[in-house]
Amino acid sequence: MKRRYDWVIHTVLIIGCTIIMFPIVFALIKATQTRAAVMTPNLIPGAELMNNLRAVWVEASLWKFMRNSFVVAIAVTIGKTILSLFAGMALVYFRFPFKRFIFGFILLTLMMPTEVLLVPLFDLVSQQPPASWTAFWAWFHDPRHVLLEPSPFGLGWANTYWAIIVPFLASATGTFLFRQHFMAIPQSLADAARIDGATPLQFLTRILVPMSVNTIGALAVIQFVYVWDQYLWPKVIIRREDFQVVQVGLNLIIGTGEGTQWGYVMAGALLTLIPPLLVFILLQEQFMRGFALSESK
Amino acid sequence: MKDRAVFQSRYLPWVLLLPSLLILSIFIYFPAIQAFILSFYKSNLRLGTRRFIGFENFTNLFTGPFSQAYKQIMLQSFLFSLCVVVIGLSISLVLATFASQKIPGARIYRLFLIWPFALSPAVAATIFAFLFNPEVGGVNLFLNELFGIKPRWLDTPWLAFMLVVSAAVWKNLGYNIVFYLAAFQNIPKEYDEAAAIDGAGPLQRFFRITVPMLSSMTFFLVFTNLTFSFFDAFGIIDILTRGGPIGYPPFDNAGVSSIMMYRVFQEGIEQGKSGFAAAFSLFILFIIMIITILQFRYGSRSVQYGDN
Repeated sequence: MKRRYDWVIHTVLIIGCTIIMFPIVFALIKATQTRAAVMTPNLIPGAELMNNLRAVWVEASLWKFMRNSFVVAIAVTIGKTILSLFAGMALVYFRFPFKRFIFGFILLTLMMPTEVLLVPLFDLVSQQPPASWTAFWAWFHDPRHVLLEPSPFGLGWANTYWAIIVPFLASATGTFLFRQHFMAIPQSLADAARIDGATPLQFLTRILVPMSVNTIGALAVIQFVYVWDQYLWPKVIIRREDFQVVQVGLNLIIGTGEGTQWGYVMAGALLTLIPPLLVFILLQEQFMRGFALSESK
Repeated sequence: MKDRAVFQSRYLPWVLLLPSLLILSIFIYFPAIQAFILSFYKSNLRLGTRRFIGFENFTNLFTGPFSQAYKQIMLQSFLFSLCVVVIGLSISLVLATFASQKIPGARIYRLFLIWPFALSPAVAATIFAFLFNPEVGGVNLFLNELFGIKPRWLDTPWLAFMLVVSAAVWKNLGYNIVFYLAAFQNIPKEYDEAAAIDGAGPLQRFFRITVPMLSSMTFFLVFTNLTFSFFDAFGIIDILTRGGPIGYPPFDNAGVSSIMMYRVFQEGIEQGKSGFAAAFSLFILFIIMIITILQFRYGSRSVQYGDN
């Protein structure tokens, strides 16, 4: 009796897939065409793909944007994973005062997205540091300045990698994820390790890390894509093209004038899509089985 | 909480926690405090002036000379989020329902449906910007050839708004469908089959069984999609329309595709009015907190698993 509706299912799915695929297929075709053909309704693939890729990579300096994005995404991913591992370990395997408060302190940051803090964060990162200790003390010694007035000093990191790496190194999600994961590891393992005389560091590197490969992998992949896709913060804090990331760089390639080379731009958009797409293809089995679901719970 | 504290050390846990605590304090808590302080100041980044003005920034948001614009933007943010959530989730739910049926080629369909998971807001917007470019874009060349029309997608208010919504929905489809497909695997098939034997039609089964069974997943997706439409949609709007164009009355006080986050960026960063932008940000934070609290309070209650 189900057979009767099969053609409806196929029709709806084919229409759905076509609409969802159309923009990307369109971009792919246009990336292969000559400059003249790009501006026509022609949807026959051309032979210009390599030329367009080369042009956007070299002339429009996409290579520079891609390099910056890789540096930032890899630095944040590694840093975040290590810091979250450390914090998770401290919260599970040690006893110390104010533990609950510290855990709450970390979790509460989930409620404060960086975007909401855009303006003060911009001030903090871009304003210059105090010129001297005397200047700093002149401001700091009076609590009225510190508590009631906006800070006049910052880190002076505008237009540097620091500005787009350091603020994202700590992660409430990561810490929470590792904490939950460690709580699920049998207690006896930690006891055995300690009785055998393992130091906490040995326990971390020899036992916890090998046992958490899946969690580490999942977190790393999610973080990499998250950082790779970031747009607002790099746009605001990086004003020099040499340090700009690829998501914002793409918009710089479009430019503002009428002479936009859309063939190049489409080639650039496709190149930008490749790293997250690789992650997706690598993990598609897990995606299909609901990996994303189990990780978020 | 079961105690697993096996290692004894007075300082080691603090050494392990210090980097995370330092970064969260400096880059989240300190700016959060600064946002409060700034919101009481009239400050201009360009001129470097700062003057204490009390609650004026907050009152300006609702009664000041530009309050009409802010109210319009708040309404638009609400409409934008509503469209992204309702349209996006409806399409995802329907496609996920069909793609999880036992039919030949289901795997291929699923792959084609969920790949937009890899799209970033900027890439999605860049492709849309070309596709809907009024002069050289594929859609208009096609429409021109067939019907002799060239809609001004980016300058016509309601078209621009719908275009931004479409790009956002498209970008998020993969994510939503992945989660719905995963949820489908946890639904026992018996209910659907039992209903079918009792003579319930496919539509009836969809609305009476599938939709309620997926309600907890829908609930989760509503919140992730809300966050997306509040913040991540910034990239889409910035690349496609820059918040414009000005609408018809009563939507003529600001660009129709401006959402709150975009206005904060424009006033706080582009125009350097950091005091006012900080106050506006706190208003957004207030809404986010209400949403988060609602999520925690009602998140577990809306789960429907049947009797088991």
